[in-house]
Amino acid sequence: MSLYQLNYLEQLEAESIHIFREVAAQFERPALLFSGGKDSITLVHLARKAFSPGAIPFPLVHIDTGHNFPEALQFRDWLTKEVGAELVVRKVEDTILERKLTEPKGKFPSRNWLQTYTLLDTIEEFKFDCCIGGARRDEEKARAKERIFSVRDEFGQWDPKLQRPELWSIYNGRIHKGENVRVFPISNWTELDIWNYIRKEKIDLPSIYFAHEREVIEHEGQLVALSEYVQPAQDDIVIKKSVRYRTVGDMTCTAAVESNAATLDEVINEIISTRISERGETRIDDKVTEAAMEDRKKNGYF
Amino acid sequence: MDLLRFITAGSVDDGKSTLIGRLLYDSKNILIDQLEALEKSTKNRTDGSVDLALLTDGLRAEREQGITIDVAYRYFTTPRRKFIIADAPGHVQYTRNMITGASNANLIIILIDARQGVVEQTRRHSIIASLLRIPHVVVAINKMDLVDYSQDVYNNILIEYSKVAKQLELKNVSYIPISALNGDNIVEKSDLIDWYEGKPLLEFLEEVSVSNDVNLTDSRFQVQLIIRPQTEQLHDYRGYAGKIVSGIYRKGDKVTVLPQQINSTISKLETGGSEVDEVFAPQPAIIHLADDIDISRGDTIVKSDNLPQVNNELEVLLCWMDEKPLQPGNKYLLQHNSRLVKSIIKKIDYKLDVNSLQKQSAEGDVKLNEVVKAIIKTASPLVYDSYPKLNTNGSAVLIDETSNNTVAAVLFQ
Ligand SMILES: Nc1nc2c(ncn2[C@@H]2O[C@H](COP(=O)(O)OP(=O)(O)O)[C@@H](O)[C@H]2O)c(=O)[nH]1
Repeated sequence: MSLYQLNYLEQLEAESIHIFREVAAQFERPALLFSGGKDSITLVHLARKAFSPGAIPFPLVHIDTGHNFPEALQFRDWLTKEVGAELVVRKVEDTILERKLTEPKGKFPSRNWLQTYTLLDTIEEFKFDCCIGGARRDEEKARAKERIFSVRDEFGQWDPKLQRPELWSIYNGRIHKGENVRVFPISNWTELDIWNYIRKEKIDLPSIYFAHEREVIEHEGQLVALSEYVQPAQDDIVIKKSVRYRTVGDMTCTAAVESNAATLDEVINEIISTRISERGETRIDDKVTEAAMEDRKKNGYF
Repeated sequence: MDLLRFITAGSVDDGKSTLIGRLLYDSKNILIDQLEALEKSTKNRTDGSVDLALLTDGLRAEREQGITIDVAYRYFTTPRRKFIIADAPGHVQYTRNMITGASNANLIIILIDARQGVVEQTRRHSIIASLLRIPHVVVAINKMDLVDYSQDVYNNILIEYSKVAKQLELKNVSYIPISALNGDNIVEKSDLIDWYEGKPLLEFLEEVSVSNDVNLTDSRFQVQLIIRPQTEQLHDYRGYAGKIVSGIYRKGDKVTVLPQQINSTISKLETGGSEVDEVFAPQPAIIHLADDIDISRGDTIVKSDNLPQVNNELEVLLCWMDEKPLQPGNKYLLQHNSRLVKSIIKKIDYKLDVNSLQKQSAEGDVKLNEVVKAIIKTASPLVYDSYPKLNTNGSAVLIDETSNNTVAAVLFQ
């Protein structure tokens, strides 16, 4: 490779940093949606690089479902201190009470759907005109078509038919009052790219990404950890297993992977050899319908 | 390992979806649960086979209509390269989607159905490739299985397409006979096409050199934002953050800030949070200048011995992308990388027929998907190069100030 050539990770990083700087320059009140997972941790790392030696010029916003892994919350608090960013937390719990919403029922009560309400209220409260998210186009079919700058109407809805053409690396973030843009700086990264970048940049992650012992039950071939929110039914067999997580979502709807991979290299090796994609392996609620994501996006989901 | 971005183009039913599905499948970038979902949705098929084309199918509306209407991006990796595919529709009513997908491509795969040969769509896709100066063209002659893998059929298409390529001055054109359905010449060389001496498609994609696609000669840098932490330790810090659009910058370089026309010297360079001696395209960077100059977002810093054009009246090619037609005399915002200026379309010289490259009279409105040659006047001068010379500094978009939509792709001439 010539001296003046970037490798693929450097190219992806360059693109993401360019996008972050466009956001900071084009919007008055942007926010970074921080879920606590590796994708949003990578976003924070990229944002830091984009604005260094200055501070990240927008708050990190966590829409807290109340079903988090304690390790992820600890990590969130540590990270925001470490980078000196402002942290805004808004709880789905509060939205449920305020708006008298119905709590999801069932064995794995997912508040994923309800997050949308809290998010839209938070956008309204702070008048955010741009929300930066860690979605990747390789995650899901509907995402594959979403722009990097994705305009949402007053209800947070995405209209796949009315997307703006997005050419070269020119990003048009102009909006009408009340509208809002979701920006996805790591659209072009795959899961493996993220892991390789984490290794290259030595980015810290919450401990649950690495193998540890946990009490789990098996549900339709997936391992679900027992917690305050997930209790075993009578016929469930509780087993102790060495597991790790591939994504960090709610304890109620994120499945664990059986694994002994305790280091980053081991985790990456496992991911390379695994033949099950990230969403399929770890999201309990996603298999429901093929068009689930598309419906949710139209609804103002991240 | 580096990165190759490519776009696939073909008429409906030429096998584009099958080809992409095949590339993902054979390079083992399809995962079990995706395959399961695929098998489930294929259950209703009479022959029970897996339809690779379904892998690339996205939104529900499109599923229902059975056509692709937007650009979708797909990713796959081999040990040698990461690939980003822009999967764009081929029909004339989707020219804008194709231009969108093609704008970032290093390479275009133009699919030809071996039974049909070069058709009108082939010409149009090639014209778009030539307008956008896509550096590499691969003509994939598909469905060879349906013409008995005939070398004559292949040769005839090659001769026919060479004429198109010559007329359009396309460079770096390669031809590969394939069967996307059977996997011939996709990953492995096919025994059934033993007369073909070139590489199979995937190997070609892995090996084609893209290092010369980045211009490292004409140095251009546009300011995205100014970093001024204003903390105690960094009280006097003032850096210009942006992307190296092209070329190389070194500490100590004599530079000119445009359009202000003010000279200075680079006193410090940073990238990724650390100080460096040089930066090159497409790295992100922070440039510090030796002199205090009034600089804002959208201003350009170039080396003083290699200047771009600075003009407020310029010739452009416009690809119209909005349902609302363009009306000559209308005002639009022009966004050139990070620089936003008011502009007016002063005159339309002619329309370009994207099926034939013929110039046609400019009478009437300019409608969705039409390409015109026009004169634009801007409220303040633009700092640019011609698109053919330097595409990363020669392109812009027009924005309708009332709808905020991106309504045109602009190529400076
Ligand atoms: N015999 C044969 N059929 C093919 C080949 N490639 C695609 N097809 C078929 O052609 C039809 C259209 O293919 P598809 O990939 O959907 O075309 P698209 O409209 O260009 O995306 C499908 O029935 C495919 O199975 C090929 O190489 N040989």
